[in-house]
Amino acid sequence: MNELTTLVDWSRAQFALTAMYHWLFVPLTLGLSVIVAIMETIYYKTHDSDWLGTTKFWMTVFGINFAMGVATGIILEFEFGTNWSNYSWFVGDIFGAPLAIEGLLAFFMEATFIAVMFFGWKKVSPRFHLTATWLTAIGASLSALWILVANSWMQYPVGMEFNPYEMRNVMDDFWALVMSPVAINKFFHSVLSGWTLAGVFVIGVSCWLLLKRRNVATALRSIKVAGWVGLIGILATLATGDGSAKVVSEVQPMKLAAMEGLYRGECGQSITAIGILNPDKKLGDDEQTYLFDISIPYGLSVLAKGHTDEFVPGIEDLLDGIELTQEGDTIKGVSYTERIERGRAAHESLRAFDLAKAEGDTTGMVLAHADLKKNFEYFGYGYFDSVEEAVPNVPMVFYSFHIMVILGGYFLLFYLVVLFFVYRREKIMTSSKLLHLLAMISIPLVWICSEAGWVTAEVGRQPWVIEGLMPAKAAVSDIPAQSVMVTFMLFAVIFTGLLAAEISIMLKYISRKSKENIDNAK
Amino acid sequence: MNFLRRVIDLYVDGFRNMTVGRSLWLLILIKLFLFFVVLKLFFFPNFLAKEYSTDEARAQHVRTELLEDK
Repeated sequence: MNELTTLVDWSRAQFALTAMYHWLFVPLTLGLSVIVAIMETIYYKTHDSDWLGTTKFWMTVFGINFAMGVATGIILEFEFGTNWSNYSWFVGDIFGAPLAIEGLLAFFMEATFIAVMFFGWKKVSPRFHLTATWLTAIGASLSALWILVANSWMQYPVGMEFNPYEMRNVMDDFWALVMSPVAINKFFHSVLSGWTLAGVFVIGVSCWLLLKRRNVATALRSIKVAGWVGLIGILATLATGDGSAKVVSEVQPMKLAAMEGLYRGECGQSITAIGILNPDKKLGDDEQTYLFDISIPYGLSVLAKGHTDEFVPGIEDLLDGIELTQEGDTIKGVSYTERIERGRAAHESLRAFDLAKAEGDTTGMVLAHADLKKNFEYFGYGYFDSVEEAVPNVPMVFYSFHIMVILGGYFLLFYLVVLFFVYRREKIMTSSKLLHLLAMISIPLVWICSEAGWVTAEVGRQPWVIEGLMPAKAAVSDIPAQSVMVTFMLFAVIFTGLLAAEISIMLKYISRKSKENIDNAK
Repeated sequence: MNFLRRVIDLYVDGFRNMTVGRSLWLLILIKLFLFFVVLKLFFFPNFLAKEYSTDEARAQHVRTELLEDK
């Protein structure tokens, strides 16, 4: 393995570790803040002190999780500056603007109202307190919006123009960035998946209370609120997932093909519901793709294009630049070989620009810039030696996608079952150990589902850090791989230690409160 | 003035009466120290800001890097 490959791999591993650690806390913050706000709204409306106790219990759990997540996202920004400096420079103000808005508006809004939420129970009016609780929830989602806008630009770069004088992209249409279909779908999909996750968490903890026969009334009312929030969350997550698939089929068809392990597509393409990939399958050979699979006829055509008979290209079709019409005619698009050539042409134009700049040749710079524009959309392809380099890790994308979808289906069923029992068969809900254990086992599963979604989105985007413009190998800093390896190890130790301490605080709090009367809040 | 006093009271009383919050603040302070003092200062310098003093030099470095054979 050469030095560059090692550096890219360690830098990616470190970023993945940090992002996945950060994402342990974010979805729970997004969902639990809404659940707490609804509980407090019920208390505000009914003046029932039992709801006050329930609200305060979950609000403290929310606070512990919030504290656990504080500053974990900052590490990602450190890594941009150290490990990904070419990328950081190249993205220019496109990343800076959304992140600055996030820091100034959403984070401060969130942080201010959190203080009122926790310290203001007897200091401000009930109405103002409730407003602060809702604004904390809204602030958390707004924080997520700007981060997801920045991430979406990496998947679908729009609203900017490359400036070769400054060697960075300059934003020329802020709203194209914010309103891009990728950003809109990603925002709702991510935020609402947080509702799903928090719902499972609250139900799981409540079922532990039921299993221990402690605070039964608190547990049942918590399950009702979390059940509805979670059900709305999972239905909306499924709907936005469908929207995401359609957008991905348009702007990142290679990712979609990898998600399905689809090498050659067809009109009326089926979708694999469950499958085991053949590990011997290679690009261009005749090996079977799956060792075992259960497929739904026409499923992928419907999911990606909205019609049963539409063509969905596979990995090899995309590399060849082939599309089929519904009549079976072949349309030749831009193959990856041609993309690589045009990418290299873009590099040549930039070289010509650089030379003209060194010689002070203004006319040469203008001409080279005009040339660069013709092929800039393929700029990133110029770094590849072969078309195979443009294909993501198919097994990782395929399995993470299917784990997410299968668990997503399970959680829809989970919420329907829980809501049925808590409203129609309350005795069974209260006493069934099977239900309680199922809910508790579902807690780690919902985190696996949530993280698998991000693995699908981010590994599916590989080898790109910015789709079409910059592959990971061009984005890394000129630093020794060993230094990244050392900080990776350091992170692994620090994150594990912090996570253990943080989970311990949360479990101790839940365990201690479970032995008291939660409803008897002061 | 009265409003400012109430805001200060909110925070002072809030911090004084914390229970779980004390452990959390300790953890947050340890975390911030580790992240901003240890990691940021010793392990995560801003590569371009450290190596190059002007934006032009940084742009030139990135241009050279991006045009190098990878």
